[in-house]
Amino acid sequence: MQRKRTKTVDDPIFEVRDTTVSFDMERGESKVLNEVNIDVDRGEVLGVVGESGSGKSMFASALLDAVVDPGVLTGDITFHPESGEAIDLLNLSQEQVKQVRWEEISMVFQGAMSSFNPTMSIGDHFRETLAVHDYDVEEGMERAEELLADLYLESEQVLDSYPHELSGGMSQRALIALSLVLEPEVLVMDEPTAALDLLMQRSIIRLIRQIADERDLTIVFITHDLPLVANLADRIAVLYAFEFVEVGPAYEVLTEAKHPYTRALLNSTPNLETPREQMRPIEGAAPDPVSVPNGCSYHPRCPLADATCERDDPPLESDTPEDGHVAACHYVEKVPETVPLTLQEVKVNE
Amino acid sequence: MSEDHVVSLQDVEVHFESEQSLLSQLRGETEIVKAVDGISLDIPENDVVALVGESGCGKSTLGKTAIGVQRPTSGSVTYRGQDIWKAKDKDGNVEIPHDEIRQSLQIIPQDPGASLNPNKTVQHSLAAPLKLRHPEMDSFERRERINEMISRVGMSPPEDYAKRFPHQLSGGEKQRVALIRALLMNPDLILADEAVSALDVSLRIDMMDLMLELQEEFNTSFLFISHNLSNASYVAGKSDGRIGIMYLGELVELGPIDEVLENPKHPYTKALVWATPNLDPDIDDETESPLRKIDVPDPRNPPSGCRFHTRCPKAREACKGNTPEAVAVDGDEDHTVTCFREIDDHEYWDSPKLEDEPSGTESEPTALEDEPVQ
Repeated sequence: MQRKRTKTVDDPIFEVRDTTVSFDMERGESKVLNEVNIDVDRGEVLGVVGESGSGKSMFASALLDAVVDPGVLTGDITFHPESGEAIDLLNLSQEQVKQVRWEEISMVFQGAMSSFNPTMSIGDHFRETLAVHDYDVEEGMERAEELLADLYLESEQVLDSYPHELSGGMSQRALIALSLVLEPEVLVMDEPTAALDLLMQRSIIRLIRQIADERDLTIVFITHDLPLVANLADRIAVLYAFEFVEVGPAYEVLTEAKHPYTRALLNSTPNLETPREQMRPIEGAAPDPVSVPNGCSYHPRCPLADATCERDDPPLESDTPEDGHVAACHYVEKVPETVPLTLQEVKVNE
Repeated sequence: MSEDHVVSLQDVEVHFESEQSLLSQLRGETEIVKAVDGISLDIPENDVVALVGESGCGKSTLGKTAIGVQRPTSGSVTYRGQDIWKAKDKDGNVEIPHDEIRQSLQIIPQDPGASLNPNKTVQHSLAAPLKLRHPEMDSFERRERINEMISRVGMSPPEDYAKRFPHQLSGGEKQRVALIRALLMNPDLILADEAVSALDVSLRIDMMDLMLELQEEFNTSFLFISHNLSNASYVAGKSDGRIGIMYLGELVELGPIDEVLENPKHPYTKALVWATPNLDPDIDDETESPLRKIDVPDPRNPPSGCRFHTRCPKAREACKGNTPEAVAVDGDEDHTVTCFREIDDHEYWDSPKLEDEPSGTESEPTALEDEPVQ
């Protein structure tokens, strides 16, 4: 079950350009997503990792053009469906929105309970979704049963149940099945396993991966929990202070992270394999959206920061773009020595 | 029931009546959930115990029972040899009054925001425990002591933080205030129930380190409850503590943290280790799930015999009948496990492997090649 491991983006399904989400607040304009640029490759699992208040949920909403008022979404997001013309996601008519959302690009949020209508059975949710989108209901329900069975659920029993009759893990899986019943090309998942227990979380991650492989699905998996995507994602994109600071193949980001923040995050993440004595927290706190530091937004917490970092915002780039591994840091070459990766050092010494 | 132990739980059971359907009410039936079902656990001074398990396994109920806020249905909970609930009921010869016991057993809740009064400043919230514990202090001394503690947990300048209201604090700062408030009571045991789960990943180590430093400084014991094995192993590991694994109301494995992680004996503990996300991409992830079923059984109607037998990859017919008792692992009394596989001459080894119904299985049946490990 080895999936193709994307390194560079050859066939983008999404092209996100200079995309910003801003809120006008009393204390000033607040950019909760700041001119981000990223491509998503067709058929990949992209893990988007960020701590709370890094802009990761805004990124999810932007991909669906679902930023809530009074947030203002600017920039360009182009969606390339498998067949047909490219779609400008931020200038859609009402009719196109209905067609693209759920049918082409679907979404799963955390907390399935609040996504279901408590007065409707799970089966009715599927039937209604199919009918509203003018799909053949009978055919769609067959697909629903298959999907539920793939997710280790007793499909008939689940379809007859009401949301409150299912456990957290069951309803989260039912929601994943519902999000796939219209056969979308892309599934955007925002912390889909956050409220679940370890074993359920791990089982669902495996299922997501299986489904992605079997159905050629593109998945954007958004989480605060880096270890969760370590074995799921083909590529990992790291958000810090409303910008991508590093994007690259998952293996390289985990073992040879280029950005000091990514490395500090890896060193501070509780992990069974990392020696406890060598784990280090990240000093300081992430910035507030109304007062993001000038220059590199990580500079107040960075051991490498100097006057250049305080003044100039480093671009997200690399000297060897063919590797597909980019980082926004002025001193990429000095980073490995200054911020060693604890887990990797331990492995070398073993 | 030694007095060396700060808290000692003996055969504790906590039962709840579950929400009932109208039908069962009409029939006069009551459904009982055994949230904690026969657990014994001693917590000595300066000890750190981490309890890990899935939601609904009873770990929070056990924690609340240990600090005397949840009355057990049966069994006893003693504080330094004094039965907590006998002290409460003034039953018999009460050596330690209940008020003193309650002050000595404190909690840091999962959501510190909800436990701090939103209309009171940090100074005000922290002065309350001091007034209780040290009525002789004047307000100047109290302020000094509070500022000292605020600086101690790394919030500076303390005078500024003391004047803040809870909504002016970040999640980590609220958690620190909750920690100070518990410590100012001079407790012998602090229950930390999912105390770092709501924090960002990068802040968890910082908070756990702080808890452990203060644990040593204040000579308290910690009962740390988490669903996250990585966090639990960090806390217990840095303090040479123990870990207890709970499943459906029972303590299935208990022992020194490194011993349990390096040599897990219960198939459920092994499953938890398997399920813990790992940062190392070189670790082979393609291994089959060690569980036969994904979903946890209904706690109102737990499986017979060993409760894990419906999901256990090693289950045999013998597991359905009898409930395994805790046994020492390789003669080491500190490491115990409730699994027949630890008993070399148990009938388990001659009993046939449990066959699943055709549906709901997810792993290939393994051959009967297991033999007791000598």
